[in-house]
Amino acid sequence: MDSMDAIKQTYFQECDELLASLEEGLLALEAGEGDNDTINAVFRAVHSVKGGAGAFGFEPMVAFAHVFETALDLMRSGKLDPDPDVLKILLRASDVLADHVQAAKGEGVVDDARARAMSEALEALTSPDQPRGALAPAALEAPVADQWGFTPLKFDLEDAAPAQAGWRLVLRPTAAMYANGHDALLFLRELGRLGECKVSLDASRLPDLAAINPEKPYLDWSVELPGETPESAIRDVFDFVGDDCPIELTRIEPAPPAPFLTPDIVKDVMAASTEPLEPSAPDKAGAGSDRANAKTATAGGATIRVDLERVDRMIDLVGELVINQAMLAQRVAESDLARSSTIAMGLDELEQLTREIQDSVMAIRAQPVKSVFQRMPRLVREIAGTTGKQVRLVMEGEGTEVDKTVIERLSDPITHMLRNAIDHGVESPEERIDAGKNEEGTVRLAALHRSGRIVIEVSDDGKGINRPRVREIAVKKGLIAPDENLTDDEIDNLIFLPGFSTASTVSNISGRGVGMDVVKRSIQALGGRIAISSQPGKGSAFTLSLPLTLAVLDGMVISAGEQTLVAPLTAIVESLRPKSAEVRRLGPTGAVLAVRGGHVPLIDIGVALGLRQTPIDPTAGVILLVESEGGGRAALVADEIQGQRQVVIKSLEANFQRVEGIAAATILGDGRVALILDVESIIEKRLNERRENAPLAKAS
Amino acid sequence: MTDGDIVNETFELISFRIDSQEFCLDIMAVREIRGWTVATPLPHSPSYVRGVINLRGAVLPILDLKARLGLGAAEPSARSVIIVVHIGKRLVGLLVDGVSEILAVDRSLIKPTPNVGCETVSRFVRGIVATEGRMISWVALDDILPAEEQVEAA
Repeated sequence: MDSMDAIKQTYFQECDELLASLEEGLLALEAGEGDNDTINAVFRAVHSVKGGAGAFGFEPMVAFAHVFETALDLMRSGKLDPDPDVLKILLRASDVLADHVQAAKGEGVVDDARARAMSEALEALTSPDQPRGALAPAALEAPVADQWGFTPLKFDLEDAAPAQAGWRLVLRPTAAMYANGHDALLFLRELGRLGECKVSLDASRLPDLAAINPEKPYLDWSVELPGETPESAIRDVFDFVGDDCPIELTRIEPAPPAPFLTPDIVKDVMAASTEPLEPSAPDKAGAGSDRANAKTATAGGATIRVDLERVDRMIDLVGELVINQAMLAQRVAESDLARSSTIAMGLDELEQLTREIQDSVMAIRAQPVKSVFQRMPRLVREIAGTTGKQVRLVMEGEGTEVDKTVIERLSDPITHMLRNAIDHGVESPEERIDAGKNEEGTVRLAALHRSGRIVIEVSDDGKGINRPRVREIAVKKGLIAPDENLTDDEIDNLIFLPGFSTASTVSNISGRGVGMDVVKRSIQALGGRIAISSQPGKGSAFTLSLPLTLAVLDGMVISAGEQTLVAPLTAIVESLRPKSAEVRRLGPTGAVLAVRGGHVPLIDIGVALGLRQTPIDPTAGVILLVESEGGGRAALVADEIQGQRQVVIKSLEANFQRVEGIAAATILGDGRVALILDVESIIEKRLNERRENAPLAKAS
Repeated sequence: MTDGDIVNETFELISFRIDSQEFCLDIMAVREIRGWTVATPLPHSPSYVRGVINLRGAVLPILDLKARLGLGAAEPSARSVIIVVHIGKRLVGLLVDGVSEILAVDRSLIKPTPNVGCETVSRFVRGIVATEGRMISWVALDDILPAEEQVEAA
């Protein structure tokens, strides 16, 4: 059972990749960038998903993939134009196929009605090509589902039978031919070089599975070749097999009768048997495929799957190496060795190497954000569908690399921001036309690196933030005073306040009681920041920036109560040495700091962490002005600031447990463990201790 | 472990002294023994949690075993050692005064913990090893971390 499960897991992993390349291919076709290779790749993706699904007995998935595949096969053979309408259906079909895969994983359910509607839409795609001639009755016959819910799709292989003269060749391979190592596929390929062939398989001699003799040939092929092919050229193909493969070559005259009816199975077997032809087909390197080749080269480079734990272990080890190297360097510096001594020079080289190793190991975990981005087109299609809006998603910078741990956590915020952009930003087609815009809205999702951080931008060309409405809601909900004087930016930022939601009706898309405050909080938890800018009538843009990795953190190294601590730089708004006039006592123990017209509670870090009983005089220490979720601010009092440093984040939970007020630990250059402050929880605890009815801090 | 079947099963135990009492641990649980280094204290932790140290890049919590066993806080000196042990998937350091020896003890010498009406004893002493006129308490590690306690308290 275990090994079967393992195989299944591998199959699901492959499915995810195949579905991704399927969607990618369809999107490329939609953008008019695809060529035959793209169509082939798309077909193969569906075909492989179907193959595995059959092996594992996921019948509904097989049935659906089969219909899907049929449509793609028609496209492949040029009988179905990849026009935008067709592609829209195919893209939605790929969504349904993804649902099937999820369902097979046991992680979701397939909306039956939707799947059925999709199957019908796909079948409709394949039928208009049917000739309305003699075979029409057969084509119109409603497909009958068999006992497995497998809906056979009837289409006529001979529909495009040449009206002009041609050759019909019937191949009847013998057991001797296969025994001599020949392969019927090779002949078919050779014939393919002579001109466009129509190949049909005659599987009528194929017995029941139980009766099959593996050494006996059961399959015959019938090939139609164009009339201008010389007879000798056709016979030459079979020159070296002689009687092992008897052929019947007949000249066919124009307007032939339908040669023979092929059972449905034929098409299936054909699809399977023609597929291996493609990768090695001689004209593969032909015109127009360069681009696709280049693509496969990047996508299909030699890769291996590695357990993340192993990589993490390696990162840990390199972290130790860096610390060890720093300690060694310190010892050498302390000794009286000359800088030019071989030891000191060797140490310099070691330092170089260590840094390079560290960079390369971090690069192993770096992944392009594509894995998150590629899920978004579907989301946009679905939201656009439910809201009745027309939206085009433009994605940029999918290749931007960021640490895997960050990637995993990007998905939710991006999803939320896209939902917001479509639900609240983009107008309905009518509104857009009235406003003189294209009826199709554009939502842009971009990733880029900026000063050691990854920046994700989600922008739309919608109506922008309705500031009077935002203000009205904020006043109504008591978030701001009615007469409060706010700049446009400050109003825009109100949407990040907890409990704020502009949707007047709770739609099932973005307004679920949780709003942008949740997005902001989750991003801050990662050491990131989020900003918004908006222009009425022109659209709005969310910009979020995150550290490239969650393995290291930019921190302010401080000391409090004889301990060295690290405060995450992202939480710190500013640091200052207060003048005694700025520190005001409030109540028996409390104190506040007067800063720029506001009063911010003072929190002594040493006391908050239980490192000392009585707070130090704030004017003797340093104050870190920090901002917590929802913009709440506090002034943390430390003894002194030692400096700013990038530190490697070490989990406390791995060997111990969560400690209140502490986010994680790190190891400093002297080999000692230093704790990283959890600013949020320190402030929260403080506020809980003194439940003052303080107004919510101004969002700024 | 197959209980009772193997008569001559022996255990290797590592013994150490806390004040006048002798204690031991299953050597299979011990990963290494290292000298005492000053630990970084953890806020809001029970008194027997001395803090955390850097064990080759990993953050290792240090428990004062003496305090944990209710024998008062240890005063670490240059001779004190940290016994690094596996507890489940975690690595934890136990601060003790120093290790004495490694004992190979037959299973028959391990006796159940006598009931002395002390919760700490029944919780942290897995059994008693009686050998050469000595009595060595086998320390049970399963419950030694404060995790559950705090959850229950909260």
